[in-house]
Amino acid sequence: MPRSSRGQRALRGSAPVFAALGDETRLAIVARLSAGGPRSISGLTEGTSVTRQAVTKHLHVLAGAGLVRGVRRGRERIWELEARRLEEARRYLAEISQGWDDALERLKKFVED
Amino acid sequence: MSTDRIEKKILLRAPRTRVWRALTDSKEFGQWFGVKFDEPFTPNKPLRGTLMPTFVDEEVAKRQKPYEGKQFDIVVAQIEPERLFSFRWHPYAVDPAVDYSSEPTTLIEFVLEEAAGGTMLTVTESGFDAIPMERRAQAFAMNEQGWGMQMRLIEKYLAHAA
Repeated sequence: MPRSSRGQRALRGSAPVFAALGDETRLAIVARLSAGGPRSISGLTEGTSVTRQAVTKHLHVLAGAGLVRGVRRGRERIWELEARRLEEARRYLAEISQGWDDALERLKKFVED
Repeated sequence: MSTDRIEKKILLRAPRTRVWRALTDSKEFGQWFGVKFDEPFTPNKPLRGTLMPTFVDEEVAKRQKPYEGKQFDIVVAQIEPERLFSFRWHPYAVDPAVDYSSEPTTLIEFVLEEAAGGTMLTVTESGFDAIPMERRAQAFAMNEQGWGMQMRLIEKYLAHAA
């Protein structure tokens, strides 16, 4: 398994993240959560002309890409960035993936010799 | 994006029968993988092996040496002659202080296909989304390419956009 293709695969896997961020409103939401920490939908619409409904829709797109998550607190949902958790998940998979690359190289030697 | 599964494909320049034996004969499996099993692979029967350095690669053997003798548990799922071999295990169960037995397992599937010049082997490991996040966080060895780089790009991008 050539190592150079790993970066390409990671890029392809990240495509939904970039697609989700390829919208100014969504980018603004992520920037707000990044700068100001977790907040409710009201906290996100405050001081903007974007409707609650629109923000909700965008949050679900971001959640679908694994970039944010909503946690219910009382009657409302608090939204936060998922980046760190996702990065951990990615790193873990990269490590295991490397383990398989190595194991398969050994299998190759074993059956081809 | 999938955080749940890994898929690998590799062309092995060897007949399918040879590859099949290397995968499903527990002794042969052990030799390239780096584990010692005293019993054959039998579907649905938990099998405990002990890690030992591989015979195939000296460098890898050196890295495996510290883990020698450590328990290694699998449960074989399916054996469909010369086509499919699958088992379950606890991924990255490297911490001797942790009892992984009550935690979810991942499924490893080896699928063989005839290919020009040899045998095409596809390996998938799936079920990672059910693995507790703290377990996943333990396995790092920071991969400087891949996701870490993507996150830094996004951070930079956000810094500009803010």
